[in-house]
Amino acid sequence: MLIKLSGGKVYDPAHQIDGKVMDIYIRDGRIVSRPRDDETIDQTYNLNGKVVMAGAIDMHTHIGGGKVNIARMMLPEDHRADPNEHSDLCRSGCGHAAPSSFTTGYRYAEMGYTAAFEPALSPVNARQSHLEMGDTPIIDKGGYAMIGSDDYFLRMLTAKKDQNAINDYVAWIMHASQAIGIKVVNPGGISAFKFNQRALDLDEKNVHYQVTPREVLKALSRAVHELGVPHPLHVHANNLGVPGNMDTTLKTMGASEGYPLHLTHIQFHSYGTEGDRKFSSGAAQIAEAMNKNKHISADVGQILFNQTVTASGDNMRQFANSSLASPNKSVIMDIECDSGCGVVPFKYKDKNFVNALQWSIGLEIFLLCDDPWRTFLTTDHPNGAPFTSYPHLIRLLMDKSFRNDMFTKLNLDAQAMSTLNSIDREYSLYEIAIMTRAGAARLVGLHDRGHLGVGAGADITVYSDNPDREKMFEKPDYVFKDGELVVKDGQVVKVTWGHTHTVKPEFDRGIEKDIKQYFDTYHTMSMENFKVSSDEIAEGGRGGVVVQACEGRREKSL
Amino acid sequence: MANSSASTFEAVTCPACGLLCDDVRIERDSTDRLKVVDKGCAMSVTFFERAVQKTSPSIGGKAVSLTEAINKAADILRSTNQPLFAGLGTEVQGMRSVLSLADKVGAALDHMNADNSFRNTLVVQNSGWQVTTLTEVRNRVDLLLVIGSDIVSHNPRFFERNVWNKESMFDQDTSAREVVYLGGQNIDTSAGVSPKGVKPTVLPCDLESLPEVVAALRAIISGKTLIATEVAGIKVSDLESLSERLKAAKYSVVTWVSSDLNIAHAELTIQNITGLVIKLNAKTRSSGLPLGGSEGDSSVNQTSTWTSGYPVRSRFARKHPEYDPHHFSAAQLLNNGEADALVWISEFNPDKTPPNVNIPKIVIGHANMQGNDADVFIPVSTSGIDNTGTMFRIDSSVSLPLGKLRESALPSLGEVMAAIEAAL
Ligand SMILES: [Zn+2]
Repeated sequence: MLIKLSGGKVYDPAHQIDGKVMDIYIRDGRIVSRPRDDETIDQTYNLNGKVVMAGAIDMHTHIGGGKVNIARMMLPEDHRADPNEHSDLCRSGCGHAAPSSFTTGYRYAEMGYTAAFEPALSPVNARQSHLEMGDTPIIDKGGYAMIGSDDYFLRMLTAKKDQNAINDYVAWIMHASQAIGIKVVNPGGISAFKFNQRALDLDEKNVHYQVTPREVLKALSRAVHELGVPHPLHVHANNLGVPGNMDTTLKTMGASEGYPLHLTHIQFHSYGTEGDRKFSSGAAQIAEAMNKNKHISADVGQILFNQTVTASGDNMRQFANSSLASPNKSVIMDIECDSGCGVVPFKYKDKNFVNALQWSIGLEIFLLCDDPWRTFLTTDHPNGAPFTSYPHLIRLLMDKSFRNDMFTKLNLDAQAMSTLNSIDREYSLYEIAIMTRAGAARLVGLHDRGHLGVGAGADITVYSDNPDREKMFEKPDYVFKDGELVVKDGQVVKVTWGHTHTVKPEFDRGIEKDIKQYFDTYHTMSMENFKVSSDEIAEGGRGGVVVQACEGRREKSL
Repeated sequence: MANSSASTFEAVTCPACGLLCDDVRIERDSTDRLKVVDKGCAMSVTFFERAVQKTSPSIGGKAVSLTEAINKAADILRSTNQPLFAGLGTEVQGMRSVLSLADKVGAALDHMNADNSFRNTLVVQNSGWQVTTLTEVRNRVDLLLVIGSDIVSHNPRFFERNVWNKESMFDQDTSAREVVYLGGQNIDTSAGVSPKGVKPTVLPCDLESLPEVVAALRAIISGKTLIATEVAGIKVSDLESLSERLKAAKYSVVTWVSSDLNIAHAELTIQNITGLVIKLNAKTRSSGLPLGGSEGDSSVNQTSTWTSGYPVRSRFARKHPEYDPHHFSAAQLLNNGEADALVWISEFNPDKTPPNVNIPKIVIGHANMQGNDADVFIPVSTSGIDNTGTMFRIDSSVSLPLGKLRESALPSLGEVMAAIEAAL
């Protein structure tokens, strides 16, 4: 089957293509070069005037795993208000803030997204994450394994194990949990909370292990780099949500001593303590540091006003925030001497000073960070807002007058504390394509996604060039997944199973002897059962595991 | 299938209770009989060593081929408007197939343990809770408070694996751990005796009085002074000293088994338990730990929740999932005449038989169920013995693969449900 996408305006930043009118050819799920004149084209889509991009990639979204399912379980009221009927093609489902898995896949695809990455896959809970993502159709997915508060790793730091041993353990975790990245959440803090510490600053010691977050960050960022894992260490920094935490964030940028770091939902970590209410925007300083420090990337974690639910591995901070829950309920868990979680429903209100300023801070960061290759569009779904609000967020970034209209509706004290309406920048389609496609694929390490070059998987989204960018991005004309038309006019027309992307860095398998002994002594499951097999992921004909290339062992180069 | 070769399996996962111990050793003889030879318990022996009777699919008690039975089941489901899928004794992969068919035919779903599960689920949906998992308990607990249960009737190896384990991550002297039983009469507290012979504290009361006792303990922990000197036969001074011990503990764990709280206001009692845990966390660390679990109940609820947005009791009659903890109970729907066919599922346990009904009845279950009174009976293999599967532990964060220990001529539940769906 040879398909021609004819005459669309193409935005493919990986190849510096910025709105050029050109044809794209697809064969057997891949983008191919222009066929010979005597080859038969089976199907042609006339895309004159349409905008063509690679399928979008959400590099940080909580779509599968224990805490997401707790959020679903505890919020029947969220689900009742938002039912999805089944059709001949699609399964039924529901949910606004924490949608059911099938609904999640359909809604992403209908928005032109073809891949989404679960950023907090707890290794001990990895099987559940993959089960849920396995029931999320159409889109590709993957996960970042969350370590840094796990006993085995912290023991290694206490014992001052050499970096090679740490690298082997990190690689082993990635294999066992079928991950494509490594994440650290409140480095060392999830563990510290279990020893009754209620806060942990960058240079404060975990009382049991006598290890600081800075040491955790250094060891893990170096391990990820030396293993050749494309995605830099994914960091949810200490002190999330705490006024004044911008100082921790600025210091965290230096903590890896030059090894790449990705700072996630940086909006929640960009708060100052100025003003009468001791809560202010640190966006300018954070953006300045981002612009200067080329080894740092960040996704924003924009908040938008509505009911949502916050779900995080950061049980220390979620416990502290549980008094703000709306509706008033929360689940806080310690998990297997490995991780934790906290699920707290929350309603962001534009008339609330703090919420209004959070909204402004996120947008200020977007607009003040110069490099869209290192800045990513997220709401930290569902923590800042559900992923379905991305089209609205894109319009806020691309349309200054729309943004300023929204700004004038905010809490007045928050308006007075923000510089947002003095910022003129409007994102271009090219920059949006960088943030949501080319940059995201490069950051995650998806070599054959996020671009439209020959050999890429044919994940392609076609939009009508509507000046109302919210309308444009919420309902693409066509979405192709691996070359198959899966969405037409914003509706699913075919259901496929996406792939699960992983990396498999090399490591010394000899370490399993010690790990097995450790599991047998201390754990309540065996080491073998901790590992998730590729067969389990492909169960029932679902999409299988794809191993993306690792860059091989890298020496310390910085 | 006889005459396979004998074999020994190490580290088998046991789905008989919510602990999912995965260290069980099992021998298979040349006639495919299984024997638990190490790390067993009464429940795992019953589960693995059950002799499977030869049986065949049947329609109205008459043996038929599998295809005929499946076609008949599809016929029945095609002609109904409000089918009810109940029992639901299965694991994740089986439940995936159940949910797919239920969505298609607009079925209502209920699990045989739902009355018990809801005592916990309603607390999560109403106030949330603060809870922990088994490995945390094994390595951290210094004071275990057991409320209204002996635990071991439901989870025989809980103390062996998680309380009296010899080694712990943080060099705790595990034999010095303290155990307190609160509530219930004549509870077997022998599992709570430490390896050094230290007896647990036991504060008995009638189960019916447990709500007021737990409410009193929560009030004391919250700093309120009680005027009474006694609550349901327990001295207030004993509750006060329990409160002091909980406050002094570094990581107390408060546990209960929802199926043992067969009392009015069970949810309020659990809410008071989780409420006192949250109070303790103002100063020290404490966690709740719901135990029990059987017949795949937590696996079914987890799978249903990510797939449809709700735990069971749910219904797909209106093309989208609906949820109602009371109205969609199998008993209610049957009593109200709101079900016009029953599909009863129990792959683990032949003793979990369907209710008597006067609507068409399809039984898909363990071979030993026979199912002569069913309109259609389809015997299926058992996950964890005859086919692989996936199961959630009672503490919800951990799921484990279930192994296949022998060949079975029977289809799995997943295969049967998929075949019915294809035949519709
Ligand atoms: Zn996140």
